[in-house]
Amino acid sequence: MDISLMLTSLPKLLGAAVVTLKLLSLSLFFGIFIGLLFAILRLSKNPFINKFAYGYSYLFRGTPLLVQIFIIYFGLGQVEYFRSTFLWVVFKEPYWCAIIAFALNTGAYTSEILRSAFQTIKPGIIEAGKSLGISNKIIFYKIQIPVAIRQSLPAYGNEIILMMKGTSLASTVTLMDLTGVAKYIISTTFKPIEVFIVAGGIYLFMTFLIHNIIKYLEKKYSFQ
Amino acid sequence: MELLSFGNAGWGDELFYATLMTIAVSITAMLIGFLFSIIFTPLKLSNNKFFNLIGNTYTTIIRGVPELLVIYLFFFGGSGAIMYVASIFGYYEYIEINAFITGSCAIGIISGAYSTEVFRGAIQSIDKGQFEACKVLGFKKYIYFLKVIMPQMLRLAIPNLSNVWQITLKDTSLISVTGLVEIMRQSYIAAGSTRDPLFFYSFAAILYLLLTFISMKLINRLEVKYSRGF
Repeated sequence: MDISLMLTSLPKLLGAAVVTLKLLSLSLFFGIFIGLLFAILRLSKNPFINKFAYGYSYLFRGTPLLVQIFIIYFGLGQVEYFRSTFLWVVFKEPYWCAIIAFALNTGAYTSEILRSAFQTIKPGIIEAGKSLGISNKIIFYKIQIPVAIRQSLPAYGNEIILMMKGTSLASTVTLMDLTGVAKYIISTTFKPIEVFIVAGGIYLFMTFLIHNIIKYLEKKYSFQ
Repeated sequence: MELLSFGNAGWGDELFYATLMTIAVSITAMLIGFLFSIIFTPLKLSNNKFFNLIGNTYTTIIRGVPELLVIYLFFFGGSGAIMYVASIFGYYEYIEINAFITGSCAIGIISGAYSTEVFRGAIQSIDKGQFEACKVLGFKKYIYFLKVIMPQMLRLAIPNLSNVWQITLKDTSLISVTGLVEIMRQSYIAAGSTRDPLFFYSFAAILYLLLTFISMKLINRLEVKYSRGF
């Protein structure tokens, strides 16, 4: 056991953990909007819109995240027309490609979580709103969405943790996140166990934090 | 389309063998995972605090640390660990382990953590009366486990095991970083030599979708079989 290596690599890995957290928070931020949008589309009565939303979530949940990142990072750059549009400013950066892939991926999972939450809302709550003469729009924004978000909190907490693990794939498109830096240190020092303990410990600490924050939120927003 | 033809001109046969490799790694990993869950599920369910701690440590660490990091640990640390064990027995030559074995072990340990959780949940949700009835009837321990608990547990576990299978199948794409030629690696090679990454990665995505679709259909049949009488 090489304690001094563990101590010297700790600050580097902590710096990289900040990159991981940035990737995570940005992709969750975009992902929640994508998820909400597709959950609403899934609930639509129109079979075309419904199928489209289902296809989206099936596609992103049925393929590995690695394929999705590679298609966005390596694949889209190949299209000549695409490179001449203004979107290229975003898509030429591996950082934004990774975030787009993560956001689309977590969006698919979030849409499933929110959809099932919307479907399990007790009809009595909506009927109560209607009988009070509240308009459908306000029922949706002020009653259905908050209740759905509360109900999906435990599942969404799992999704955040899965996504945090997913951000490690950013290292495959040259980003130096926590896993990327850990791999770099391992391949230069050939001390995999020491680096794994430190990097894994940081990941576990982040998992622990997320888990407890979600638990706190669940308690705070519980119905009782 | 000629890119996908079989033979020397296209990548069809290479991708076909790569798909078989992905299936082989996933099944091996899943089986290794079952081995791990056979060991760790009883530990997690036991009343002994120490055994409990071991079981919980395993599932917590594996489920809290990214798969890629575990794969790097095995990839860089695997042959070192084997060589260390060999050196105890007086063997000092360089040993290189096959990428298939390292890959399936790494994914197997990950999938084992998930299936341990599934089996634990399934056993815990079996009615307590079943256990008590077996004790009252004086069944031998292995008979009561095999004939009473196991069939009920499988019925509850199969839907969740199908999720674990999906996760395992998708995780095998990560082994491509160690150079094992499965779907992802083969697409990477093909994309590099034809400069057509969009086509090959999209094709890889389609292959994964097919695999998950077909396996879902098969698992649904199993589910029907094991829930007869309910």
